[in-house]
Amino acid sequence: MEFQISTKAKKTIFGVIGVGLLAFIIGIVQNSGTDQFGTRLMSNFLIDGFFFFAIALGALFFLALQYATETGWSVAVKRVVEGVASYVLVGIGILVAVFLVLTFTDGGFFGAETTHGHHTGHIYQWMDPDIVAHDPIIAGKAPFLTKPFFWVVTIIYFATYFLFYKGFRKRSLAEDLEGGTKIHFKNFSKAALFLVLFGYFSSTSSWHWIMSIDAHWFSTLYGWYVFGGMWCTAMTTILLVVLYLKKKGHLQQVNDSHIHDIGKWIFATSFLWSYLFFSQFMLYWYADIPEEVIYYVQRITEYKYLFWGMFMINFIIPMLILMSADAKRNAGILMFVCVAIIIGHWADVYMLVTPGSMGEYGTIGFMEIGLFLTFAGVFTYFVLNTLTKAPLMPKNHPYLDESKHHHI
Amino acid sequence: MADRVIYAMYDDDMVLLDGAKKLVSEGVHITDVFSPFPIHGIDPVIGVKHTRLGIVSFMFGLLGMTLAVVGFKYMMIDNWPMNIGGKPNFSLLENFPAFVPITFEFTVLFAAHGMAITYLLRNKTLPGMPADNPYPRTTDDRFVMEIRLSDNTKFSASELHAKIKETEIIEIEEKDYVVIK
Repeated sequence: MEFQISTKAKKTIFGVIGVGLLAFIIGIVQNSGTDQFGTRLMSNFLIDGFFFFAIALGALFFLALQYATETGWSVAVKRVVEGVASYVLVGIGILVAVFLVLTFTDGGFFGAETTHGHHTGHIYQWMDPDIVAHDPIIAGKAPFLTKPFFWVVTIIYFATYFLFYKGFRKRSLAEDLEGGTKIHFKNFSKAALFLVLFGYFSSTSSWHWIMSIDAHWFSTLYGWYVFGGMWCTAMTTILLVVLYLKKKGHLQQVNDSHIHDIGKWIFATSFLWSYLFFSQFMLYWYADIPEEVIYYVQRITEYKYLFWGMFMINFIIPMLILMSADAKRNAGILMFVCVAIIIGHWADVYMLVTPGSMGEYGTIGFMEIGLFLTFAGVFTYFVLNTLTKAPLMPKNHPYLDESKHHHI
Repeated sequence: MADRVIYAMYDDDMVLLDGAKKLVSEGVHITDVFSPFPIHGIDPVIGVKHTRLGIVSFMFGLLGMTLAVVGFKYMMIDNWPMNIGGKPNFSLLENFPAFVPITFEFTVLFAAHGMAITYLLRNKTLPGMPADNPYPRTTDDRFVMEIRLSDNTKFSASELHAKIKETEIIEIEEKDYVVIK
């Protein structure tokens, strides 16, 4: 309707996808002979599939949070949040494909042997019956770490996210036509229900999808940690889209105060993520119990600079730069911090997956960068495409007037 | 001659804000506004400078952080290294994770208390200090604008009265300006 993807933007997006695919193919040609190729390929799809799906899921969570708390100020950016959340549809498809491949290859076993002890080139080693037969620890985690249980809960997670996204979107568009408060209260109760479900699912799904890569290891804080990163990147992406639309002359009603508030969310969620990162790290570091601390020993010995580097980027940059109120109103500074956070949190997801699946062989090369760019292009196109399908400013939301006069 | 001051009273914060915008656009300088709660958006209208309390807070935070680091470096590492949970405190860098919580606590403690105490001192509102608001009702349900004649030399007192009366006031009063403290 009012917002159209400009030809220039389309060219840029398809250019990024093209460059990404080219780099990805170069990476494939470069590495196709190595033993770890299959595992590396699947790790990449898991990293990018999950990273971008998590952004959309974070946005869906934020949307539900705004409904459940009946927040007024964010109504003016509601359509952007919905737009970012709409990628769950694509993200679900990609993750299902990745999980299917992993299921039918016994957890991503492509015949590679790494020198890293129990790792034999798997992503989900608990999916391989040969390993489970000789591994009482993994066998003891049945039925949680078994293929049927994994699929049943995964389908429940995806169905829930899919249905709630569809419902929120449908009611949001219906509200534009109907008005009244009926839809508003329905959104309120549905959002409250979603938050309860999401509270459980965000934890348990991260155990299944990511934590089970290091099948012997466990952390009770893991779900929150993944959720912290998810929320932070979602807020960052929402802000990037808002800044882009503002620059193109859309979202006239979104003023400095809205941008300031999203900036505060980025600041706060960066702290949330850093706090959880350190909480998890410090307990394991202090207790120094071999079965627990192995997770960090591996990351710090084999990925020292990436591991600490991504923590510094995700913690120090938002903390120091976004501390002042003026910085949270300056589009240039925000843009810089947003890009840094996106890269930093991608590196975080990379750190979650790769050391467990690739052992000491993990590197960042053409494959990783290429696939990231491809996914980023697809993500951006899909999000912008959703934004063209409805007016950017909701009508008839009960708090619309409050949001238009938002002033802090 | 003692300074004269006009007090204009309103019964709604938004009405006062609209009145203030109108008066300022006509060139009137509003010295201060008294209100039972913060009025959003009044600061730039009446020309109140942006608060520097945030900078104070940051500096107190840095002070607290430095004190914490100096403190545990001396106590736990130099003077009396202790072996806690199989982790002897011989080096600051290697044991730093153990000291992060206390660093955080000191930073927050100093930033919060430093900011609050600075605020109370700067506003002269420490407990027991005399109040300096001209009308006690501005602590309840009234909003008062203070306009000093010495700040508005280009208008006469009667001109100011006329201008103020065009806004939706409920009371107006002119008197000698007295510093309460």
